[in-house]
Amino acid sequence: MTPDRIRREMSAWLDANWRVDRPLIEWREILLEGGWAAPHWPEEWYGRGFTLDQTAVVAEVFRERDVVPAAQVGPRGLASETILACGSDDQKRRFLRPILTGEHTWCQLFSEPGSGSDLAGLSTRAELKDGKWIVNGQKVWNTSAHHADFGLLVARTDWDVPKHQGISYFLLDMRQPGVEARPLRQMNGHQSFNEVFMTNAEVPPEDLIGGEGNGWHVAKTTLSFERRGFSRRVRGSSLDGPKQGPIYAEYEEELRIATEPYTWYPQREGRVDLVLPRARETGAIDDPATRQEIAKLICLHTGARLASDVAEARRKAGTTEIIPAGSIGKLAASVIARQASHVHTMISGADAMLSGPDSAADGIVAEVLVSVPAISIAGGTDEIQRNIISERVLGMPKGFRADQGPFRDIKRNA
Amino acid sequence: MQTEFSKEQDLLRDVVSRALRDKSPATAVREQMASDRGYDQAVWQELCGDAGLAGVHVPEAFGGAGGGAVELGIVAEEMGRTLFCGPWFASAVMAGTALLEAANEPERQALLPGIAGGSTIATLVLDDLNGPAGVGGSIRAAEDGKLSGTAAMAVDAHVADLLLVVASGAGGLGLHAVERGASGLTVEPLQVVDPTRKLSRVVFADVPARRVGDVTGDALDRIWDRICSALAHEMIGGAQHLFETTVNYTKERFQFGRPIGSFQALKHRCADLLLELEIARALTHHSARCLDAGEGEPYAASMAKAAAADAYMSAARAGIQLRGGIGFTWENDTHLWFKRAKGSEVLFGAPAIHRERMMTMLEGAA
Repeated sequence: MTPDRIRREMSAWLDANWRVDRPLIEWREILLEGGWAAPHWPEEWYGRGFTLDQTAVVAEVFRERDVVPAAQVGPRGLASETILACGSDDQKRRFLRPILTGEHTWCQLFSEPGSGSDLAGLSTRAELKDGKWIVNGQKVWNTSAHHADFGLLVARTDWDVPKHQGISYFLLDMRQPGVEARPLRQMNGHQSFNEVFMTNAEVPPEDLIGGEGNGWHVAKTTLSFERRGFSRRVRGSSLDGPKQGPIYAEYEEELRIATEPYTWYPQREGRVDLVLPRARETGAIDDPATRQEIAKLICLHTGARLASDVAEARRKAGTTEIIPAGSIGKLAASVIARQASHVHTMISGADAMLSGPDSAADGIVAEVLVSVPAISIAGGTDEIQRNIISERVLGMPKGFRADQGPFRDIKRNA
Repeated sequence: MQTEFSKEQDLLRDVVSRALRDKSPATAVREQMASDRGYDQAVWQELCGDAGLAGVHVPEAFGGAGGGAVELGIVAEEMGRTLFCGPWFASAVMAGTALLEAANEPERQALLPGIAGGSTIATLVLDDLNGPAGVGGSIRAAEDGKLSGTAAMAVDAHVADLLLVVASGAGGLGLHAVERGASGLTVEPLQVVDPTRKLSRVVFADVPARRVGDVTGDALDRIWDRICSALAHEMIGGAQHLFETTVNYTKERFQFGRPIGSFQALKHRCADLLLELEIARALTHHSARCLDAGEGEPYAASMAKAAAADAYMSAARAGIQLRGGIGFTWENDTHLWFKRAKGSEVLFGAPAIHRERMMTMLEGAA
């Protein structure tokens, strides 16, 4: 379908169906039936089999007409894509619809206190007893877990095979006595994540996804969606400005709750945009040493953007060469954020001791200084990115591993 | 603005790359760097006389191929990769650019075809190689047009048939043509860190010269930008060569019963090098596109020069370090690129100078 035809069809459909006085969920039921909730999905599951470019046209029309789209922010997007890719028809029937309508929120239960970079070394235990999976263990860094209805859970079901082979993937009902989410406070004062404790939590057998022992494959599917632009969805979905009508109030509240954990994310990227205004305002723009560091930052920032444009262009041209853009982009973001933090410190001088309303830009600069350390950890540490780049892009040999053989015998954290 | 290379540009790179791999292997580089002249005339004839590499950026009306900064950059990058020894940079890039940007029409018609065709070897003589602001401080043109003063360093002046000299005079800065062997002209070869790029001191004592054009401040900035963009390309080519050979070495060298490239200390350094190189390469290619399109950041060439110089030196330091002792020997080729990296780092402005130049363009002087 051409972009023009998409626009025409959609406009006609919206003219007939879109009303600002419908309750949010009722509207999304209609959206779902109309096939516009997830147009990139296959036709048998609410979609139209659109390409990413065609889907972008649909998103554009949503924005232009201020139409409330299907629920997509937060980890629920990871859930729906994973279920669509790896789930049974029964699972798709039960879970996809309430994700799109926004009735259900989701969280990701992957990392553990004892396994961070080494996710496959996880030791949360799931055992089949009397026809049910019984789960015991602890997860960490679980965004939105405190209000989630369901969780994407990876747990170990076989301790006698190599670590990647003993993992299974479950869709966990969070609203049960055996599941407790506790907020986790970060060094920058925000509480964006939770710890989740599972004590004899139960999962019915039909909520195992992808088959027993196949959890690592399913987890990699989730992670690939996470890398592919989960963060873009988080930021890109708000409608511009306040809109009149009851549905908007409901939608804004949903967005507020879902995006609340991410308010400090721009700060962890270093707020490069504030560097020149701050340097002018303080007069640091005339300091030769500061000028050098600002120039380095501009080179890094501009160069990384250009390099990513080049990679994008090559990918579109259908190159077969390995493009290191993902890991390089992530590593570049860390370098840029650190340099920005360094420059903000130079610009502020002794004022960098202050925070909150007493400090520059109403606390934003202070928040940069204590948030940047997160960027080189979250979503795969810099060290892991360097391993990926050196092994997959540069073809350097893998190092010695001490985690082969049955998982039971591998040394791990107490 | 262009963001990818065209098919024709890819083809140019391919042709130049193959020719240079054939004509400029490390053995040839070692031979030429040990010679006084510094280049092989037969190779020069093939690459510039026959293949036209000295005129890729010169308009067809002046005997060139009609390309721009992008094409010039492609050739520079491939030359940098193989450490080509010859006056291409001095003649095509430096002198050619100066004529294109500052000479009057009759002089361009008279002088550019020889440079583009490789039959004239020219160089640009500047009395300051750190930044445009200092140019003209030493060499002066008298009322009668004669030049006096000293250029402490001039690239490939020892083999130049034609010296284009920027000198200050009553009418401001001007570009002056001096023939080889002119009376009062002394060209003294200097000892250099990088013997693949020869430098000489050039002393003018009432040397007869012909003023071929005015060099306005804007023109000097344009000349500087174009030379720096080409030099950044040359550095990216050299850095890429060092990077590839170093990564390959870590896969082949065994210690403690395993290839040293399996150690994270080396892997992580290589990953960081790739990041620095990719950013510098993107800025460098961008600088040429900005020059050709006449748009983009006015400081694009300075970003490229600063980033490429830093990336080249990082690759050069790692090239030695990751090879260990063998990397510090004369016999191993790594030092040839290390020395070119060091020389290129400071030629036409060290990175700090370009960063300050950037900031001045962006925010005004401090």
